[in-house]
Amino acid sequence: MASSDPLLPISAREEDPLSSDVSRSDPNAETHRRRRPVKGLLAVSFGLFFIAFYVALIATHDGSRSNDVKSDGTASRARLAGVSEKGNDGMWKLTGDRNTVSFSWNNSMLSWQRTAFHFQPEQNWMNDPNGPLFYKGWYHFFYQYNPNAAVWGDIVWGHAVSKDLIHWVHLPLAMVADQWYDANGVWTGSATFLEDGSIVMLYTGSTDKFVQVQNLAYPEDLNDPLLLKWVKFPGNPVLVPPPGILPKDFRDPTTAWKTSAGKWRITIGSKINRTGISLVYDTTDFKTYEKLDTLLHKVPNTGMWECVDFYPVSKTKVKGLDTSINGPDVKHIVKASMDDTRIDHYAIGTYFDSNGTWIPDDPTIDVGISTSLRYDYGKFYASKTFYDQNKGRRILWSWIGESDSESADVQKGWSSLQGIPRTVVLDTKTGKNLVQWPVEEVKSLRLSSKKFDMEVGPGSLVHVDVGPAAQLDIEAEFEIKKESLDKILGDASVAAEAEEFSCQKSGGSTVRGALGPFGFSVLADERLSEQTPVYFYVAKGKDSKLKTFFCTDTSRSSFANDVVKPIYGSSVPVLKGEKLTMRILVDHSIVEAFGQGGRTCITSRVYPTKAIYGAAKLFLFNNAIDATITASFNVWQMNSAFIHPYSEEAVRALSRA
Amino acid sequence: MGNIVDETCKQTPDYTLCLSLLNSDPRSSSADIVGLCLILIDKIEALGTETIGQINVAYKTKPMLKRELDECNLRYKTIVEADVHTANIAIKGNPKFAEDAIVDAGVEASVCEGGFPKGQSPLTDLTQKMVKICDVTRAIVRMLL
Repeated sequence: MASSDPLLPISAREEDPLSSDVSRSDPNAETHRRRRPVKGLLAVSFGLFFIAFYVALIATHDGSRSNDVKSDGTASRARLAGVSEKGNDGMWKLTGDRNTVSFSWNNSMLSWQRTAFHFQPEQNWMNDPNGPLFYKGWYHFFYQYNPNAAVWGDIVWGHAVSKDLIHWVHLPLAMVADQWYDANGVWTGSATFLEDGSIVMLYTGSTDKFVQVQNLAYPEDLNDPLLLKWVKFPGNPVLVPPPGILPKDFRDPTTAWKTSAGKWRITIGSKINRTGISLVYDTTDFKTYEKLDTLLHKVPNTGMWECVDFYPVSKTKVKGLDTSINGPDVKHIVKASMDDTRIDHYAIGTYFDSNGTWIPDDPTIDVGISTSLRYDYGKFYASKTFYDQNKGRRILWSWIGESDSESADVQKGWSSLQGIPRTVVLDTKTGKNLVQWPVEEVKSLRLSSKKFDMEVGPGSLVHVDVGPAAQLDIEAEFEIKKESLDKILGDASVAAEAEEFSCQKSGGSTVRGALGPFGFSVLADERLSEQTPVYFYVAKGKDSKLKTFFCTDTSRSSFANDVVKPIYGSSVPVLKGEKLTMRILVDHSIVEAFGQGGRTCITSRVYPTKAIYGAAKLFLFNNAIDATITASFNVWQMNSAFIHPYSEEAVRALSRA
Repeated sequence: MGNIVDETCKQTPDYTLCLSLLNSDPRSSSADIVGLCLILIDKIEALGTETIGQINVAYKTKPMLKRELDECNLRYKTIVEADVHTANIAIKGNPKFAEDAIVDAGVEASVCEGGFPKGQSPLTDLTQKMVKICDVTRAIVRMLL
């Protein structure tokens, strides 16, 4: 069927931003193996087609145009598709009912997993970010920490400081479980700056009877820029579960914001039966509170809301806003962490200060509904933002847990990371989603760089020679060649698949479509027996419009059979005139991928057993059946952040600085 | 009261197993959901300990499987020391961490079993039982979320 749309290369096509939002993460998408046209003869010759046309391109050192080299055909289809030739189908099941080679983690594999430039304590377990703030020249970061083991338990507040959100110094624990009202856990909380510049911290305590209460704490000495010591208000707890709220459904108070009546207001997530809710309290002194009759918001069937976050974003300016800002240029974000699914969701909406309520712009993707927006489509939970008054940014922290077994965590002695802090703003171009980007300061870690420009034909794999490949920053721009696009869009026999495609259910990076997948394979060994592809998949829709998906496929990231290896991702809005861009931060066992400038973000944890140390390599691939792509990209080696262990000397030195 | 036990077990993947585990413990008659979970975590601990005992026996009767038994030893130590410990604490305050620990226990058992060449595991009955108990326990823990 001839399309009435002009046939343009993807960079010039206009797509309705978020036109098919419903399928953004698409858990219910049907599983279809993506195929080129459903015509028997073509399908049969399909297999022969790309074996015959297997091309191996070698990237040259100076990034000059690569030469097409036809192989002698012995390179098999399996290698082309990146599937391990030794393995079975590459899908390593989590249960042990498949007879794999007995696998044991050794110390070499485990110690490789530790990251070079992500925040993590020297050892043991970490979870939620707490009370992030900037004060007297230092960024402060607190976090849920177990000082005794690499599994959750005995939770206290860890503490670290940095001048730049990247180079951290560990400090002594900020708060421990030394009161009846936090005896069973000093849990998550948030900081608020008062008008006089002082700081109050509200946090949840799990009492000696396991009741969740809110407590007030503040720095012992505001003249100490390191804020080493914290004092708990003697009148704690300041809030206990109100009537109708169960004692274990009341936690994670937010940063407060000023109401037009001049009071401070906070919100706390909870649930009533299966309806997730956010309670609202007003206070003038953070010691006594009045609970509003209204809820900030509620959404049925979403379960308990943890780590609620509530903040304004500018509709027109690409900058952060103080939490108390309100006005016509402002939208408000409600975000919650869903206890049931361990997924963070957010929605954009309008806040009504007069009664402390908020309604979403689009109720079909209200907070917590499975298809609603996420900061991140991978492993990413309990996130929290703060306003950085130093640089006028809103910054997002998030807990990145492990995807491996606890016995490996116990063996290696640690568990969990924080994501690289990201700036968060409203996407002023679409108006319908947030945009996140690693903080600028991460660029200070960039060492050497290499630039590449190449054209990559269908069914190609290119080894990108950058030397060591476990600590990388990659920025890339892709374009599908106009001729390829024209051909596909004009070819009625190429079936529409955009409506049914999802990263999770469409089989991963080895399943080839007309216009994708293409991207990078990181943490891959030479034979691609282990690899983690990060890619775009462009699909033709029924209306002949194109829809773009951004995915990370960890299913073949490791031979280990005791790690979780999902395929993550979502659709990503691509607007008229835009090329396809991606950024990837690789740091040992964490891969953070950002599509279209941070419209769709994916964090993954991977645990290769072979693609480690010098054996880890970077590949560029184009598994599309028909499309030739051009790729223009930079790869930087990333330095370590040299996070300083706690020492008294270091602290003394910093205090004098 | 058989009622809570019965109602709860109906919502698990293995009603019969669930009933037999809970009814064999006198605490179940007056327990709430948290209490039922604690009973099952005890069962996981007991089974884990028993399995470690069997591993020790197998070192002598099947010395050619030492490497696989070593791995199982490590895995089961994680179950008994880390997973059970975490589950016991978390179940009272923050159940999702208990769920994670119990899921992990099932994984550790499966990985242990999967390490043996086909048909040679001396622990199959025990590891399979662990996986089943963890499935049941997890279903009940999720009721607390």
